[in-house]
Amino acid sequence: MDMKRDYYEDVQLFTSGVVVFWMAIMLAALAIFPFLATSYYIYMANFLAINVIVVIGLNILVGYAGQVSLGHAGFFAIGAYGTVILMTEVHLPFLVALPLAGLIAAGFGFLLGLPSLRLEGPYLAIATLGFGLTITQIIGRIELFGGRQGLHTPELFIGPWHLESDRDFYFLLIPLTILLALTARNLIKTKVGRALIAIRDAEIAAETLGVNLMGYKTLAFAISAFYAGVGGGLYAFVLRFIEPEIFTLLMSIMFLAMVVVGGLGSIMGSITGACLLSWLDLQLRNILSIPYLGKWLEALSQEWFSITGVSNIQLIVFGAILVLIMLFEPLGIFGFWIRAKKYWKTWPF
Amino acid sequence: MTFFSIDNLAIAFGGLQALQDIRFDVQAGEVFAIIGPNGAGKTTLFNCINGIYRPDAGNIRFDGRNIQGLRPDQVARLGIARTFQNIELFANMTTMENIMLGRHVFMRTGLFRGAAMWGPRSFAGREERDHRRQVEKIIDLLRLQAVRGKLVGALPYGTQKMVELARALALEPKLLLLDEPCAGMTAEEKQDMIFWIKDIQNDLGITILLIEHDMRMVMDISDRILAINFGQPITIGTADEVRRHPEVLKAYLGEEDHRESAA
Repeated sequence: MDMKRDYYEDVQLFTSGVVVFWMAIMLAALAIFPFLATSYYIYMANFLAINVIVVIGLNILVGYAGQVSLGHAGFFAIGAYGTVILMTEVHLPFLVALPLAGLIAAGFGFLLGLPSLRLEGPYLAIATLGFGLTITQIIGRIELFGGRQGLHTPELFIGPWHLESDRDFYFLLIPLTILLALTARNLIKTKVGRALIAIRDAEIAAETLGVNLMGYKTLAFAISAFYAGVGGGLYAFVLRFIEPEIFTLLMSIMFLAMVVVGGLGSIMGSITGACLLSWLDLQLRNILSIPYLGKWLEALSQEWFSITGVSNIQLIVFGAILVLIMLFEPLGIFGFWIRAKKYWKTWPF
Repeated sequence: MTFFSIDNLAIAFGGLQALQDIRFDVQAGEVFAIIGPNGAGKTTLFNCINGIYRPDAGNIRFDGRNIQGLRPDQVARLGIARTFQNIELFANMTTMENIMLGRHVFMRTGLFRGAAMWGPRSFAGREERDHRRQVEKIIDLLRLQAVRGKLVGALPYGTQKMVELARALALEPKLLLLDEPCAGMTAEEKQDMIFWIKDIQNDLGITILLIEHDMRMVMDISDRILAINFGQPITIGTADEVRRHPEVLKAYLGEEDHRESAA
């Protein structure tokens, strides 16, 4: 029975013992994982975690506040370059440089949020698209940022702890990801989150209840950009080298795809969407080594799509999977989860 | 000093003069109705009061200050709440959460305190609880207990209208604007709504500005009525005075027709 005894139960994190149990299992699995997995899989987990951070942030903007952004690779780049530059040029420690770079990204997010008061839907998409494309061009032209040559990240120290391997970084990244996910969830459950959802569902009604439209729309952009910026700062240390070419339009679109595939307006959806798509993205690079299927796909690709037959088949399969997910579950993985829950609740009826 | 007054209000959209020469004042505690045929400019008038539209001319005074030119959220903070003709609920939130939006202006949890809601004793946790308790009172008052945890998008039309009313009341308004609260309701639901509006006026002491098409209801609950047509005022008076006014009859029934009732 879900009898509630206290109003706090409406907003609390652990709604039942079952949730606590599964959370504990998940945490234990995350803690044990780096000791069992090979270096490549730890690298992959780091890559997934960073995408989770960015996608949670983007979901606050797209899923909860109902705005759209095709420029998140721009914030990602600002965070990455910001963190590295603040460390090498200003000599700030990593744990100061990272949130500071996030705040710089948030500042840009605030500025980009200003046109969102006048622009909607496709128009806003184009404005943010322009931002994303411009940022990398500007960064590529500035000497301080390494220009086209890019930048190497400095050695990473946190106090006396020297983070050398992917495994070391994992132990920094995963707690940070969990912290940021929980923070986002708290935000959504309280006043700010409610105001954002209200703006998405009925803008005028929200206004007449005292929600300052300009304040909250720009705030949504700033929060979202902060998450992307922090993700970018961390990404720089996963790659250990950054250049403008990394932060492409395709990256922005991938972030958006992760939000939509995971489920708009759901933190858990963001986590699963980011994990699934980034995992697919990495795994499909090995698609040609699958026995039989790989050979067949390679032949198919050479016959119809390209002469080399290697470069594009992974993108085609990736695209096909996206289409299928959207076709069968328009609410994303989160929608699938809701349906499964309903099914088990009413089983065997 | 009057509680709420509009003086010489005018607004035009392109070549269309939507409102002109609108002037009236409302006493504290009154139910003041605005009637008029479709397209007369009633909702436009509400939108001007709310700050959704900016009037071209005129003054809107509320509680001793000029509120013309304020943004909608600033108007809300002064204590003016409203409901909408076409329901404007937050469809993907529960009844409780919808009404919680009415508490928005009273809550002090910002970005950082909200993000740091670690447990029931944190600032945000305590505030959530306090305001949910307030909302529960409104849910009890309007008998919405059965739907408190349901998504409002799936509720019946009449119930949605009640949730909208509850949300407006959560703002603890001094002035409540009701835009066709009974539109599309069954006879029974209309009776209930009339009952609630009287309660809100008498028990909560809230002044009400009302737009309604149902003449019987308007005559029943309003202290005074303003009739407008084509954006211009026809007359202001009590129910009986307005009902007998020849211009009102003409606006509602046409030129040649002189039947007794305007219903």
